[in-house]
Amino acid sequence: MDEIKSQQVTFKLFRFNQETDYIPYYNTYVLDITHEEVILDVLNRIKWDHDGSLSYRRSCRHGICGICSIKVNGKAILACKSRLFDLIEVFGTELTIEPLSTKRALKDLIIDKEDFWNKHEQVTPFLVSDIDENPTLETLVVPDDAEKLLEADYCIQCGACHYSCPALEINDRFIGPAAFAAAFRFAADVRDDASLERLHVVNEEAEGVWDCVKCMECAEACPKDVNPIEKITKLHNMIFQAGIAKNNVATRHAVGFAHSIEKHGLLDEGELVRYSEGNIGVLKHMPEAFEMWKNGKIVLPWNMPKSKNLDEVKKLIQSSSTVKF
Amino acid sequence: MEKLRYALYTGCTARESTPELLKSTLAVAEKLGIELVLLDEASCCGASHLQDYDDFLSLVLNARNICYAEKLGLTMVTICNTCQLNTAMTKHRLDTNPQLKAKVNVKLAEVGLEYKGTSEVTHFLYAIIQDYGLENLSKKVNVPLSQFNIAPFYGCHNIRPSELQNLSNGGENPYNPTSLDDLIIACGGNNVDYDAKNKCCGFHAELQSPRTAAVLTGNALSGAMDANADWMVTPCPLCHLKLDVQYHSASKAIGRDVKLPVLHMPQMVGLALGCTPAELGLQHHVTKVNFV
Repeated sequence: MDEIKSQQVTFKLFRFNQETDYIPYYNTYVLDITHEEVILDVLNRIKWDHDGSLSYRRSCRHGICGICSIKVNGKAILACKSRLFDLIEVFGTELTIEPLSTKRALKDLIIDKEDFWNKHEQVTPFLVSDIDENPTLETLVVPDDAEKLLEADYCIQCGACHYSCPALEINDRFIGPAAFAAAFRFAADVRDDASLERLHVVNEEAEGVWDCVKCMECAEACPKDVNPIEKITKLHNMIFQAGIAKNNVATRHAVGFAHSIEKHGLLDEGELVRYSEGNIGVLKHMPEAFEMWKNGKIVLPWNMPKSKNLDEVKKLIQSSSTVKF
Repeated sequence: MEKLRYALYTGCTARESTPELLKSTLAVAEKLGIELVLLDEASCCGASHLQDYDDFLSLVLNARNICYAEKLGLTMVTICNTCQLNTAMTKHRLDTNPQLKAKVNVKLAEVGLEYKGTSEVTHFLYAIIQDYGLENLSKKVNVPLSQFNIAPFYGCHNIRPSELQNLSNGGENPYNPTSLDDLIIACGGNNVDYDAKNKCCGFHAELQSPRTAAVLTGNALSGAMDANADWMVTPCPLCHLKLDVQYHSASKAIGRDVKLPVLHMPQMVGLALGCTPAELGLQHHVTKVNFV
C-alpha cells in the first residue's frame, strides 16, 4: 500500500446567501489533507466538522452527473474528480473555492443555472426524427457515422465550459460552448432531421458561433474532453457547407483569408478589413488606421509582401478548396 | 553551447502591422548568437478563420509551410501565438492521423512537396527558455530592467489547449503560466501578477463582435494598471495590436481610461541585452514607449 502523504492547505471558501447577504464573503479554513482526497472530500469535511450551513451540490461522486462543478483558483473543476494534490501542484497551498459563476450564486457554491438550460433549449438538444413507433428492425448507426459526433455526446452538462467562456460573460445573448457542442452533437447525427434548423440558430449574429473569441478556455475547462471549440469550428464549416452562410462581416472575415492568401500568400491585413467590413463599414476603422499608418504599421497595397513560390500556393488553393461562398 | 539554428515562420503581422516584432526578433537572435533562417516561402496560417471556412485547405497550406522547415532540417519557430496554434495543430493532426496525412500529401505532391512530420514547431519564447536557457540569458543581460514593474500577457494560443501546447511549451499550465514571468525575472525586471494575464484579448472577434473584443482588451489593460505595472509584455503580435492600438475603444467599452505601453517579448529581451530603441523598432508603437 502506498504511504499516506499529507499536506496543510489553506482554503478560502466563497460564502453568500442571496436571501440574507448583500455581498459575498470568504471563510478561511486550514486543513491537513491527504493525497487521496478530492475537493468534494474537503467540502464534506468543512460542512460536517465546521459549518453545517455550507451549501453545495453533489450527487454521483463518479464524475458523471455533472452537478458538483465549481471553480478553484479560477479553474472550473468537478469537485468529485479533482485531486487536491494535483491542484496544489498548479496553484500552491492556498486554494480559493468559488461557485462556477459568482454573479449567479444563490447560496454559497450553488448557482442558478437557468441561463445554461435556456441556451441548451435554444438549440433543440434532442434527436428530431420521424420514427416508426413500432419498428420491426433497429435503426442502426454504423461506426463511421457514430464517429462523426466526435464524442460530443460525452457532455455531462456540468457548465464548466459555459461559465469559463469570456464571450458569454460579456455578451449574454451568445449561445456559448456547451450549447454549441449540443447543437453539433445532434446536427452531426445521421438520424436527425433538424440539422439545418439548428445550423440556422447558431448562424445568427451576436448569438451564434461567429462571436466566439477563440480563446480555447472551453476546451481547457471541459472535464470530459468534449473539446467544444472543435465543435464550434465544425459548426462554422457546416454553415458554409450547407450554403446558408450569410453575407456579413463575420463570414467575409473567414472567406477573406482565402482570397488574400491566393493573391499574396500572406494576409493583406488592410484589404481583409475592407473586404470584411465593406467600403462603408471600413470607415469606422480609419482613426486607428491613421494612427497605425503614422507609425509605419500599414503596408500600402503596392508594397504588399508576397510569399516566395506563390504559384504553389495558388495551385493548392485551386486544387484543395472544398467549399464555395 | 552549440549554435542554435531555427527556421523562422514570421507570420503575416510581423511583415506588415508589427514590423517591430520581426526587427526585434532578428536583433535578439543576433545578440544571442541564434541563427534564424527566414521561411520566405511560407503563407498565412489562416489565423483560425480560414479554418472556419475551409478546414482541409488550411491543413494543406499549413503543412506546406512546415515542409519548408523540414527541407532545411530545422525546428520551426513561430513569433505569433496564433501561427503557433494553427501550425502545431496541423502538425498534431497529421502526425496522429495517417489517412489525413496521406490525403494532404496527395495535394502537396502537385507542387513537389511532401509533409513528413520531421520538424518540431515551437514559439520563440519557448525556444529561448528551453533551448537557450534562462540562466544563459541572464548572463548576457547588461541593462537589467530592475526599475520596471512588467505585466506579462500570455496570449491564449500559446497556452491553450494545453493538450496540444504542452508538446512544445514545456508543460506550461494555462491556469498558472510562468514562462513569461520567468523571462521577465531573467531580464532583471519585476513581474507583476494580475488576473487577466492568461485571459483573452478579444482579437479574433474584433470585427464581428467589437464590444466583446473591446471589453476583453480593456480588462487586460486595467488589470495590469491595477497591479501597478509600468508596461506589459506579450509574445503575441495579435494581442499586441489590440493592446497597443485599440486603447480608445477599450477605454470606452469599460468606462475607464486604460493605456499602457506594450512590448513584444523580443523587444523586452532586446532592451535587457542592450539593443537600441531603433534596433527594436520602438518608434512603431502607437502607445508610445516613453521609458527608454
